[in-house]
Amino acid sequence: MFSALSLSQDWKIEPSPVAQDEIQEALILAEPGDTVLLSKGIYKLNHGLSLDVDNVSIKGAGMYETILDFSGQETGAQGLLITSDNVLMQDFAVENAKGDAIKSKGVKNISFIKVRTEWTNGPNSKNGAYGLYPVESIGVLIDGCVAIGASDAGVYVGQSEQIIVRNTRAEYNVAGIEIENSYHADVYNNIATNNTGGILIFDLPNLPKQGGKFVRVFQNKSFNNNTENFAPEGNIVGLVPSGTGLIIMANRNVEVFENSFDNNQTVHIAVVAGELESGDENYDPYPKGVQIHNNQYSNVGKNPDLSRGDLSPILVDIANGDMPDIIWDGLLPVSQLLFGQPDNEKIIIEEVKETKFLDLDVFWYVALPFFHSPSRDKNEFKGSIINLPEILKWN
Amino acid sequence: MELKKVCLFLLIFFSVWISAVNEDAILSKKPEKKLSDYELFEDAIAQIPNKNVYPYILHSALFSDYADKHRFVYVPKGKKAKFVPNEVYDFPVGSALVKTFSYPQALNGSRMLLETRLLLNQESGWMAHTYVWNKDQTEAYLKVTGHTHEAMMYFVDGEKKYIDYRVPNQNQCKECHLKSDVIMPIGPKSRNLNFSIQFQEKVANQISYWMEKEIVESHMPLDLIVNWSDEAAPLYAKARAYLDINCGHCHMPGGSADTTGLNLNLTETENRKIGIYKKPVAAGRASEGMKFSIVPGKPEESILLYRMDSLDPGVMMPESGRKLTHSEGVALINDWIISLK
Repeated sequence: MFSALSLSQDWKIEPSPVAQDEIQEALILAEPGDTVLLSKGIYKLNHGLSLDVDNVSIKGAGMYETILDFSGQETGAQGLLITSDNVLMQDFAVENAKGDAIKSKGVKNISFIKVRTEWTNGPNSKNGAYGLYPVESIGVLIDGCVAIGASDAGVYVGQSEQIIVRNTRAEYNVAGIEIENSYHADVYNNIATNNTGGILIFDLPNLPKQGGKFVRVFQNKSFNNNTENFAPEGNIVGLVPSGTGLIIMANRNVEVFENSFDNNQTVHIAVVAGELESGDENYDPYPKGVQIHNNQYSNVGKNPDLSRGDLSPILVDIANGDMPDIIWDGLLPVSQLLFGQPDNEKIIIEEVKETKFLDLDVFWYVALPFFHSPSRDKNEFKGSIINLPEILKWN
Repeated sequence: MELKKVCLFLLIFFSVWISAVNEDAILSKKPEKKLSDYELFEDAIAQIPNKNVYPYILHSALFSDYADKHRFVYVPKGKKAKFVPNEVYDFPVGSALVKTFSYPQALNGSRMLLETRLLLNQESGWMAHTYVWNKDQTEAYLKVTGHTHEAMMYFVDGEKKYIDYRVPNQNQCKECHLKSDVIMPIGPKSRNLNFSIQFQEKVANQISYWMEKEIVESHMPLDLIVNWSDEAAPLYAKARAYLDINCGHCHMPGGSADTTGLNLNLTETENRKIGIYKKPVAAGRASEGMKFSIVPGKPEESILLYRMDSLDPGVMMPESGRKLTHSEGVALINDWIISLK
């Protein structure tokens, strides 16, 4: 008698002219617990793939050995779409998808381990928007991955919760790593280089999930993010000036520490408000509770990009040749401009005295230049750091 | 005499038994390999349904590369679908919704059957299966991974168009039919059915007919949705009807595209959520340098229209189920955007 226990099964697939159907069939017929094994080689695929079975793993032979090549893609808005829970992807690459490379939507506990997404012709506005793209997902692990050439963000985690992005390299994207409208994220030990902007922590209006909060960005290296912005206009990242190390926009409770920033030609860290007139009454555009401490900064603002966004011309004007490492736009609700900010909402900066800071005081710069009083004094932003909690991996 | 009676009884019994819809197949966890095993048709080639399987027509229908659609509903005897305002009818377990796609091949009405999609309502919820018609048009076989037909479509004006018609895979069915993680039918809502069609024996209002056949409980139907192609109907109503059936099943709260904040279902009333001056969120290159989904008066600056017009898989909307541009739909939405202030 066979045991009544169902044994998990491996689906082993080799590159072949019928691999498209074989992979898709495995992804549909797989039972929870199964693994779909993609042998070494290049898989030429014409249609997007998708998985909607819980507890399935997709494993290749390595991110440079197993390549899902979507250069000839005819249908599907992404290379691979995951809509089921507890899915693990490991050791393969998705290249040249017509839209996004790998998207997960509305799932729990998704892992991307040593996965590469790449558009192989380098930065180009015709490349797909996102490389690794979990959205509306709870429990996200992105570990040891590589994301290259996305015309929006290499790693984009949107409207999600309980997120870990680590040991990952994002290169030649418009945004290297972007955490957007999400709660509870740890972004650490990553390399963001040769992007337009290295790391973005954003909150945007008019979305089902907003009020992004509790994000730690630490022990990352963000350097040489000086690639010209190649995002199509209309997208929010199209406003990012090239040469930006990290932007925190409209998020609350963000802790940035022990990172190193080098040779970002506009600014290393920018803390800015989101859209002020978004027409969304539930949207709070002002960043709050941002803590920046113990980071290393070198070679900033050598060639600021004035072509994108409103802030860099103001920055260059005010900086007057002495470019800062960290800027804050200084925007606050009118009530707080008059009566001050509550302590727990203030930006806190604890850095060595060589670190240069600039409060642009944009409101008065634009409204009444007579009252404009930009400040370089970090001491106004001293305070005690309250460490945010670590994100624990599920299971 | 007695023997004759028994024979007659057996004959009637068997003819009824043979012609009945295979309810076990509808309820089976494992889909049948062949469409004919469900016994849904008296003559599948001619798309003549079996007893107790009724045709229906939607007043405003989704564009699927100009394919004709033949829709049928089956509700098990003694059970009735429930009316749910603004939503699809709540069909009882054991119900089946059947949709065959075909292209006319000539003026004489001959057609090529492409695929028959089944939505089967089981204890655990709706299941979606697709059966692909063979070249000889003798049988349709279960296909989970999708299929490409080299097909020809014949238009009434004599024009012929050739297409690599794409049958979606099983997951793609779900992408459109998912609502808050559950597979749901899209079409059979009261407001889409409240008009008269030709049934085998008479012309009748579909909902009245369904009540007469006792497959739906007695109710006051909703006002009929505008047919997007009705020349006489107001432009705004036509545009919203078109967007509802073509986009609203994903672009609604709980739908596959709800992360975008763009809601195109008929019941959405907020201008920005419908796309007016709404910025793109994750459109990427599909924004084509434009800043808003819809700019009133300016179709050439409206991302929504650009994506409806595109055939690039990374740009086009809907994401699946279309290989051609629906020029009539694009023209309608173009006119609507021009009319907006």
